Order: sequence, then structure tokens, then C-alpha cells
Amino acid sequence: MTTTFTDETRARAREIIARYPADRSRSALLPLLHLVQSEEGYVSPAGVEFCAEVLGLNKAQVGAVATFYTMYKRRPTGDYLVSVCTNTMCNVLGGQEVYDTLTEHLGVGHDETTADGKITLEHAECLAACDYGPVMTVNYDFFDGVDPQTALGVVDELRSGGRPQPSRGARLCTLKEMAVQLAGFADERDGAVADGVPGEPTLRGLRLAQQHGISVPGFDPNTPIPSKAEADQAAAKAKAAEPAKAPAQPAAPTAGAGQPARSAEATGSTAPDVKAPDDKSPEVRAAETRQPDARTAVPDAPGTKVPVDGAPPAPRDAREAEAAGAASNAPAGDGKPAGDSTEAQDRNLREAESVTGTAASSDRGSQK
Amino acid sequence: MTSPRPETLAKLTPVLTKRWLSPDAWRIGTYERLDGYAALRKALKAHPDDLIQLVKDSGLRGRGGAGFPTGLKWGFIPQGDGKPHYLVVNADEGEPGTCKDLPLMTHDPHSLVEGVIIASYAIRANRAYIYIRGEAVHAARRLRNAVQEAYAKGYLGKNILRSGFDLDLVVHSGAGAYICGEETALLDSLEGFRGQPRLRPPFPATHGLYASPTVVNNVGTIASVPYIVAGGAAWWKSMGTEKSAGPMIYSLSGRIANPGQFECGLGITLRELIELAGGMQPGHNLKFWTPGGSSTPLLTAEHLDVPMDFEGVAVAGSILGTTATQIFSDQDCPVYATYRWLEFYHHESCGKCTPCREGNYWMVRVYRRILAGQGTHEDLDTLLDTCDNVLGRSFCGLGDGATSSVTSSLKYFKQDYLDYIEGRTAPRLSDKQLVGAH
Repeated sequence: MTTTFTDETRARAREIIARYPADRSRSALLPLLHLVQSEEGYVSPAGVEFCAEVLGLNKAQVGAVATFYTMYKRRPTGDYLVSVCTNTMCNVLGGQEVYDTLTEHLGVGHDETTADGKITLEHAECLAACDYGPVMTVNYDFFDGVDPQTALGVVDELRSGGRPQPSRGARLCTLKEMAVQLAGFADERDGAVADGVPGEPTLRGLRLAQQHGISVPGFDPNTPIPSKAEADQAAAKAKAAEPAKAPAQPAAPTAGAGQPARSAEATGSTAPDVKAPDDKSPEVRAAETRQPDARTAVPDAPGTKVPVDGAPPAPRDAREAEAAGAASNAPAGDGKPAGDSTEAQDRNLREAESVTGTAASSDRGSQK
Repeated sequence: MTSPRPETLAKLTPVLTKRWLSPDAWRIGTYERLDGYAALRKALKAHPDDLIQLVKDSGLRGRGGAGFPTGLKWGFIPQGDGKPHYLVVNADEGEPGTCKDLPLMTHDPHSLVEGVIIASYAIRANRAYIYIRGEAVHAARRLRNAVQEAYAKGYLGKNILRSGFDLDLVVHSGAGAYICGEETALLDSLEGFRGQPRLRPPFPATHGLYASPTVVNNVGTIASVPYIVAGGAAWWKSMGTEKSAGPMIYSLSGRIANPGQFECGLGITLRELIELAGGMQPGHNLKFWTPGGSSTPLLTAEHLDVPMDFEGVAVAGSILGTTATQIFSDQDCPVYATYRWLEFYHHESCGKCTPCREGNYWMVRVYRRILAGQGTHEDLDTLLDTCDNVLGRSFCGLGDGATSSVTSSLKYFKQDYLDYIEGRTAPRLSDKQLVGAH
């Protein structure tokens, strides 16, 4: 069966897929499901097949995603989706009465559509406009501070062909037109992006600050960004000058000389900022404590030798830990992993074979 | 309504919100006139590591609820690993009570875009996504428009401002799932799957989007970055408290005279916030409130002077969360409020982990029974026992959040429950809503 989607939809699908990395086209699935809704008003079996086809998925994979998200509708919808918030805050402020009134007036329940195909009603969970509660949305644009009467006015106007103006946001479009925007395309209606002004609750704190002339003092947009490279250079200069002043400690500068602190160029290393007794990662600390002879120094571990010279520090803690482990475990001469000597490995193998009685040395056996 | 006292007014810190009064701040021309993209020019001249250090020094902590130090998170991204890096902005605002990110993206979308570019440059990401809640259509309109404008002006795309840095930014609309505000569920959703959380470790810092190093930050976090770059860490720390630095948008809703957004330094108290909001509504007395959305344990009138920063709220036994302060009065019933929140968690549980999926399903039914006047004393034990079995036993925090209001309302308002059970309060729900509640 071939799906019936228009060439325009197919072109849009290609555009959506091109937004994501070439080998990660599956990321386009959510916008594509919005896209098929823009043509059919819901995610139909044909819509699922279309998404599967363009992404190289199977229908079960697409269906599993489509049924997870509440904005993908599974039955045909009306031109206008009326969502009434009945979550706690809107609920106690009167949202439940609004919803109950609309249910009775329209004669439909949650996720149902009126017989004239105009309105689909739903109760919604928090719509992120609690300071305007109780709120409802029509095709996701807000009507603030509604009561049963204003809500009835809105739905009656919608059913008689009008398009009431939302409290904030753009003038209404149909649900299918909205689905195009949800698929990631610009709102092409002239000036729709400019529609709507911030409501008073949004500006409440700002108005107070403006009325009383309050701003945050001390803001200087030309404050320099501290540079570590420059700080290091300054520190190196200071250090170079230091031995002349303090000749009594000859040992420390020798060790430092081989590793001029951190390289000023971009190695990508970022200074670890762990608030711990010392600033090493637990992995490094554990490796060092277990292997006090390891090359990386632990000043307070017994028997630790401070290295005389050495390679510059590896950029990441993990590599330090690895190095600490490898340094104290000479690799076996046969290229097998570091740790066990050749004899030990042979012994393990023999033991394993004698226990299991088979030639295959199971993992469990060789670990003994 | 009385006017707030000067010392309370002085706690207002309009920073992230300051452009909202300019009606055209969402247009790039206006934004540029209001210092827009100046921080970006400055940042691109600095070394990326210095930017990470700057954000560390500023003490900026995540504005999405958890309060994780942002600079530390950026520093976790392994550099020089040869893998692509990603920045993902969590704009899936949906926690009940929370309404700070939508106005920001609607009225000042370029501040987010500018923050995205700076943050991507710092962590060496050449691709960034803003995962915006599907229902937030007007914010998405403005944001998509802002991204287009930024491309046209050379702030996005190849060789940004001739710095040699490339960045592509995609605004990706979700499809109505609260769980996608959880960072690993968001990543799964962005990859085209059901939004279900992942087991951690590995963390997104090493195995995030497309199994590559990824930073996931909230809108408010990223939008703060240009101000820190412009004004410096010391200026940023002049606001807020020592451990919770900077300004925060407090979203006040409910039984107050003037609900709305109030940007103040972290650490302001609810008493001061209510003062800024013109006091309680006539005839209403504060009974309970959430410091940061429905997933944070309820507080009561005795917590009016708790400093609302990450530490202060924790000491009071709750969580700062998203500073979505929902204020309820003595005319609101904590049992009913908790029931409605549980309906929400039951609806939004993704179903991956049994404790959360089943626990919320059954707790809703117990609440319906209590509110229909048919509850028993054992029901209260059942609720606490269920919470014990949900809390900390799921992959992500959704289940934990669901238990917050149950355990805290039972702690402070047990009498309200008993009044339903012992028949002193008239039933709130009718019998017909009890199907399946046993």
C-alpha cells in the first residue's frame, strides 16, 4: 500500500531529516509525527507507515513512539483543540468548573470531538502559566484567567466560525496549521510572530523595579574574562625569579622544571574542581593508594617516591589512573594484558582446565 | 494591598528579565541595541577553558531544579577525545507551578540563543539543540524566528564572527510528555524514541546524545551565561547567597494579590515574596506552599522566613526546585491538592519502572477513596508504605517527586486526612469516580 501524502509533505519530510546528523535520522521522528498530523489531523496508520518509510524504521518502532506522547492524537481531531488545565493550581482556582461546564455544553468528554468536527476537548496537565490561572488553550495558544462564562464564549465563537483572540500569543490558526509549526517550520502568517504582548503577571516584578528605580549595581560589560594562560605566564615568571630569592630549597624546582605547569596552549584539559580533601578523582586516589610505588606521587602515602622527572601530566584523570595502574604492572612479554606473568597465566589455564574438565577455559575458571 | 517596603524592594534583581519590558526585544535589532551579542563577541576572543573557569567562578548552579554547579558540569566533558560534543537545552518546562522559561523564550529568545553559542564554544560543541515543550507554541515561534535571525546575521552557522567556530542550532519541539524534562529521557526523545530515562552511570557528560559527550542545561542556566560573561563572576556573585549565587526568577501563583514573575537574588524569603506580590488575597491565610514545583515537599506558614536558596530550603526539609512557588490558603484542601498532583504523576509516569508506574496508579485510587468519604485509617499507612517503595527505587526522579507531596502533606496535615476518613469533612468526590478503587 502506498501512502497518500502530498509532495509538499514529502518535501518537508526531507527538510526535517536534513536538520539532524546523517546517520541519526531517527531524531526526525518526533517532528515527522507532527508533520503527518498536519495533513491528517491525527497519526493514522498511513501516517505511521509514512514515517517508517522515510526513516527506514518498521511500523512497530514508529507506533511505539506515536502512542507514548499525548500530543499525537490517535483519532481524527477537530479544527480547534481546547485544552483546559485541571492540574492543582488551576483546579483550585476554578479550572475544574471550566472543564465541567465545557463538557456539558459541548456534550463531549476528554479527548472527544464535537459532531460538527470543530472542537476537540481535553483536560490538560500543567500548561506552565500558573501565574495566569486558571488557563485554557486553543491549539496551544493561551486564554488566561478564564471562568465558565468566558470559556463558553470562546467555544461558541469558534463553533460559529469566529476566531477569538488569545490573551497572549498569536491569532488562532487551525490545529493542522499548528502541526506544521510543531514540525519545526516558521509561522508563515504575516506578523504572527509579533502578535501578543507580555501579560501583567509576567512583568510584575519588573514593573516594581522600574517604578522604584531598582537595578543591579556594578554591572560593567567590559569586565575582562580572566585568562589562565596569562596567569600561568605570570606565575612562571614569578617562579623563575624565585630561586634567586630562596636558594635554600633546591629540590623542588628541579622536579617542576621538566613540567612547566600546564601547557598554555589548548590541550582541552580543564582544571578539576572537585571539593574534596584533595582535588584528585576517587579513581586516581584509589589507584595510588593501592600502588604506593606508582609513578604518580601521593605525598602522604607511606613509601611514596616523588618522581624526579617524567612526562607531562595526562589531560584526564582516567588516563592518570590508567597510567598509575600500568606503571606498577609490567606487561607480560607475550603481549597479553598487563597484570599476570606468563607462568601465572599458564597456571590459571591449567587449573581451569582441570576443574572444568574441558579444553575451553571458562572465564570463571581463569579468574581463580 | 500595601506597597512593599524599600528594603524588600531592594531584593529585586532584574537581570534575565530586564528586557521583557521592551516589547520588541525578541527582534534581533532591538536585542542588539540592548547590549545583545556583545557577550558573544567577548567570549569568542577568550579561550574556551577560561570560559568554563569563569562559569565555575561565578558559582552558577542549574536553574532546572537540581542546582548542580554549571561550570563543573561543563568541565566534565572530556576534551580532545575526537568525539562530537553536544549542547542540549532543556526547555521542556512542565513541572506543575513552573512558568519561568516560557516567558523568557517568548520575550527575550535571543538571550537564550546567545547563551547557547557561548556555552557550545566553551564545551567545543558544533551542534546544539533546544528541546522545547510541544505545547509552548508561541515561545517556539519566537525562538525559531530568533534562530533564523541569528543565522542571517552570522551568529550561527559556519565561522561565527570570523572566529573559526561553527555551530548549528535546531529548535526541536516535544510532543507532550512531562518525563522528557528529565535529562536522559529528553535525550532518548531527541533521538526519536519514547522518552524514558536511562540508567546512570554512564552520565550524559560522557555518553549523552548519540552516546557522545553532552551537556544538558536548563533555559535559565544557559540564558544566565551571557550576563556572567559580560559582567564577570564577581558581579554575578554580588547577588544571591554565598553558595547559591546569582538572581533567580521566582514564579508566584495562587492565593496572592498579584501573582507573577519576580526576579530576586537567591535567598529571599516567602514572606518577602508575598510582600512583593501585594500580600495574600483578601480573606485568605497562607496554609501550605511549594518552594519549587509539585515535586518539592510542601512547606507551611511556619516556613515563611526560610531563605529560598538551595541550602536554606533543604534545611527546612524541602527542595528549592524550580522556584515555582505555589501558594495555597486555608480555603484550599491539602488532601485534594495532593490528589490532583498524584493524578498528574500517574498520567505522566513513563511506565519504565514498576514502583513509579504502579505506585502512582494505586495511590491515586487510595486518594479517590479518601476524598469520597470511604477512606480508612489503614489507607494512610498504605500511602506511606507505597511512598517508601517508590522513593529512590526508580531510574529517575519522577517517582521521588510524586511522593513529596504525599509524605509532606501527611506530615503537616494529617488532621485533614482524618477529617475525611472520620466524616467531619464532606466528601469531595462522588462515588462514581471510585471505579477500581479497592
